[in-house]
Amino acid sequence: MPFIPHTESDVRDMLDAIGVRSVEDLFDEIPAGLRMGKLTGVPEGLNEQGITRLMMERAEADGRPLCFMGAGAYEHHIPAAVWELTTRGEFYTAYTPYQAEASQGTLQLLYEFQTMMAGLTGMDVSNASLYDGASGLAEAVLMAVRGNRTSKSHRILMPVTVHPEYRQTAHTIVNNQDIELVEVPYNSGGGHISLDSLRPFEGEDIAALVIQQPNFFGILEDVDALTEWAHRQGALVIGVVNPTSLALLTPPGEWGEAGADIACGEGQPLGVPMMAGGPYFGFICCKQALVRQLPGRICGRTIDRDERVGYTLTLQAREQHIRRSKATSNICTNQGLLVTAATIYMSLLGADGLKRVAQACHANTRKLVAALTASECVEPVFNRPYFHEAVLRFSLPLDTIMRPLHAHKLLPGYALSNDYPELGDALLVCATETRTDGDIETYASHLSRIIASQTAAGCPVKPKMA
Amino acid sequence: MSNIPVDVKYAKTHEWARINEDGTVTVGISDNAQDQLGDMVYIEVPGVGQTVTAEEACAVIESVKAASDVYAPIGGEIVEVNDSLTDTPETVNQDAYGEGWIFRLQPADKSEMDDLMDADAYEEFLESEAH
Repeated sequence: MPFIPHTESDVRDMLDAIGVRSVEDLFDEIPAGLRMGKLTGVPEGLNEQGITRLMMERAEADGRPLCFMGAGAYEHHIPAAVWELTTRGEFYTAYTPYQAEASQGTLQLLYEFQTMMAGLTGMDVSNASLYDGASGLAEAVLMAVRGNRTSKSHRILMPVTVHPEYRQTAHTIVNNQDIELVEVPYNSGGGHISLDSLRPFEGEDIAALVIQQPNFFGILEDVDALTEWAHRQGALVIGVVNPTSLALLTPPGEWGEAGADIACGEGQPLGVPMMAGGPYFGFICCKQALVRQLPGRICGRTIDRDERVGYTLTLQAREQHIRRSKATSNICTNQGLLVTAATIYMSLLGADGLKRVAQACHANTRKLVAALTASECVEPVFNRPYFHEAVLRFSLPLDTIMRPLHAHKLLPGYALSNDYPELGDALLVCATETRTDGDIETYASHLSRIIASQTAAGCPVKPKMA
Repeated sequence: MSNIPVDVKYAKTHEWARINEDGTVTVGISDNAQDQLGDMVYIEVPGVGQTVTAEEACAVIESVKAASDVYAPIGGEIVEVNDSLTDTPETVNQDAYGEGWIFRLQPADKSEMDDLMDADAYEEFLESEAH
């Protein structure tokens, strides 16, 4: 169905019917001093030919650099069938319908998505998705405060190893709701949260502990020990997890004795292209006991009076169209189209395929780290196991390396100096299954040539030797 | 015509309150309320040890039609909640004044019971609300 605007004669007929001269006259109520007038910074509109050309020129300017960057969004191969099916009109048109217009096919897809996410995370229930991983963490924090009946403190332990943007987003959302996010420092040798970092909080009233696995540095946390510690303190455990990694790592539902209470994260790795930052989708799953605190849409399966299987949005009394200000969240939608892609991606790969993707990511990152640290100017920063990302420190200023690498159409990694200045010239590098041995060789050889030219005798730039 | 027993007092928000021998007060919702709300599907009981003031929302009952707050008729500390309602919420429909009790509290100020309506006053209140 195309966009069908009013014709000029439609507009003329309507104005005549209400006795108004022009559309501008309808805005008479707004005082002249408040009216925008012409938007002086915005050029005239372009026609379709003009805008197509403009967008193609812009796209070319982005280029297609060889990507060794992760930091929350990952380049994975997406089988062609995923978007071929997702962009079919049946899914694409009403891509995130409300209950009244949702077809049984759409609802069945949501139910299958929920089933897959619950299975992947090892939890009892999943919702039908949130906006993204960052707001998913905020929702999990709100949920933990509501759901933890024994804690009165509204204090959440937030390790610094949680993605910086997730922490900022959670702060924005919960800050005015009397919830305090308390920073927990990381161990400088391992890049992880040790029990030493938690010791100062022993015996205090804590609503929840957040554990990101793998953490932002790619490092694997001691999830069992951390979960046990939190539960002994009467705190709930929120696991922030990467869905690809769950094919290999212990899922949050199996952390410690009782498992994490809430699991959330970014679903982009499951069949969603990187798309310059979005749209992505967040997922959130929980234990059965907390299901009534889950935000967002939940799809259920039941039978009708003729005993045929049917699907419907359920537990709606959590949502704001029924509970208004007492709803579990202000979210009233989900990321239907991206969830469709993710569900098809997971179905196509299957458990076995997802595991092979994860294994390839792990193997490639290890190869990348080995290739780059072959240079004496590059060393790993942390000494613990990692998954698909690692932090490397350079003995030369990072921007003397980044700029030439960018010029060679390479994205070397995510520079950590803004978020973690204490790490110095440190880079978070990532190699997914899409990076070949040739790609890694390209990066390593460019890097060694750049380092050689920087450290050559007579070069004005003096490097810091480790 | 709904059931309005005389041994309890009533709040305008349709909760009933019964003084027990040990001085605690048991609270539930009236027969009229359960009838209006329809089949119960879930009761969210308050926490034991929680302190409430009169007219403060402290529980939620969810029926097939709506989710409604339950307000404490008087202030005090919650000493017991009816956990069996988690498995059988329909008890509130079947026996609103007996097995369908929701929570029991230790009153902060027993005189707050005088602010509640007796059975006759509640009956009149229901009739006036009906028009």
